[in-house]
Amino acid sequence: MPTEHLVEINNVNFAYDKRLVLKGMNMRIAKGQVVSIMGGSGCGKTTLLRLIGGQLRPANGAVKVAGEVIHQLDHDGLYRMRRRMGMLFQFGALFTDLPVFDNVAFPLREHTDLPEALIRDLVLMKLNAVGLRGARDLMPAVISGGMARRVALARSIALDPMLIMYDEPFAGLDPISLGVIANLIRRLNDALGATSIVVTHDVQETLAIADYIYFMSEGVVVAQGTPDEIRASTLPFVHQFVHAEMDGPVPFHYSANPYADDLGLRDGNG
Amino acid sequence: MVKLAAEGFRGLGGWAVESIWSLGHASCFFWSILVHSGTSFKRFRLVVREVYIVGVYSLIIIVVSGLFVGFVLGLQGYNTLQKYASEQALGLLVALSLVRELGPVVTALLFAGRAGTAITAEIGLMKATEQLSAMEMMAVDPIARVVAPRFWAGVISMPLLAAIFSMVGVFGGYFVGVVLIGVDEGAFWSQMQAGVDVFDDVLNGAIKSVVFGITVTWIALFEGYDSVPTAEGVSLATTRTVVTSSLAILALDFVLTALTLGG
Repeated sequence: MPTEHLVEINNVNFAYDKRLVLKGMNMRIAKGQVVSIMGGSGCGKTTLLRLIGGQLRPANGAVKVAGEVIHQLDHDGLYRMRRRMGMLFQFGALFTDLPVFDNVAFPLREHTDLPEALIRDLVLMKLNAVGLRGARDLMPAVISGGMARRVALARSIALDPMLIMYDEPFAGLDPISLGVIANLIRRLNDALGATSIVVTHDVQETLAIADYIYFMSEGVVVAQGTPDEIRASTLPFVHQFVHAEMDGPVPFHYSANPYADDLGLRDGNG
Repeated sequence: MVKLAAEGFRGLGGWAVESIWSLGHASCFFWSILVHSGTSFKRFRLVVREVYIVGVYSLIIIVVSGLFVGFVLGLQGYNTLQKYASEQALGLLVALSLVRELGPVVTALLFAGRAGTAITAEIGLMKATEQLSAMEMMAVDPIARVVAPRFWAGVISMPLLAAIFSMVGVFGGYFVGVVLIGVDEGAFWSQMQAGVDVFDDVLNGAIKSVVFGITVTWIALFEGYDSVPTAEGVSLATTRTVVTSSLAILALDFVLTALTLGG
């Protein structure tokens, strides 16, 4: 049976002003999987998520989600599609004027006419899933970064989405919180029957939870495979990334004049 | 020399083009607020909550300022009027000054400083911390959910605050003129009652305060929504809100006064 793809990215180009960020990007995200997109900072990973969510439009090519081309949808169509997506932002993006409970209840109150008693039960179930039922009355300003990320995760799954996108979910977390979030991503994906896209550059956590991994560099996919294939890869870029080596295809030094020239150690003819 | 002049013209041209772009952008934003105002009226409690934040929180500064402006009007007015033995007209002078000019203008300037800056900083920080993006991704339009209720709250609050400012100012003038200086109380109120016209004076003042409310809130929301999402960007946007709003209020005040007096 052929694999069913929830997200298809076909030959997508995207530029901020004149800086080309994605150059003919192709990618397939299979239904039900946790797929990770890895690559150095600034290689276009977050841009890719925003294209899938319809917050940006590609210059050419098409981004398809559940068979529909995202940038061809009208306002209502796009908003209907987004109700079936959840997105976890890098620092949670919780509404700072609302307590934890109301943050998680927000999408339910905006999109459904459920009675308040039912909303309460649903919110408590979502909060329980991320282990923060007891923090329901706290304000976002008084909880830790890891907790904020978990609340945001509960909020992004409030409407039981078919697709959950994670933008750098591990950035700036301590090892315990990091393990908790990684575990939740896997567990929630399987429990909800959803598909997850995790944009990250934390190698070990990703290798532990992902079903499939794409490596991006300079706007194109440079490698892809299952975690085992990635671990065994001999491609220099993947090897450097997975083993966190300082120098390799991604150079340690930003391009510059020869060091000796900058220090004035060569004579004029040198 | 020629090169310097060319540079100057180029800079001026660039500034003009940028300003026109910005104005166009702000106009589209204004239109978008109007188009997405349905939610604000369907769920009016969203507007009520914002009226509480922009309106009620501005009350103290409005009341205190109104009181002192009234004191000063009482003193200055008496000082001038008594030279012509017309101190009986003090009530009329105080009321007309407040209702026609000082009420709407000073309230709008204070409103820009108190509520306008708060709106810009809040929206700018919501943008910087990706709260607006998160809302979009939850299929909730931030213009309809965040911007439009604040806009209507500003439009509703401004005339009410201006009315409170004028009322408190009249009592301030009364306190200084009648209680402290000893102007005749009956003359103070009766001249005011006879001289202040509901349509010519009160309504014109109310129209001004509505126009200022629309202008200040629109500028504050646009600056926040359009700010560069960094600490420096939000700080610059907040400053621009005060400067642009203040200039717009004063310029519009002249235009509106000319229209009402000229007619």
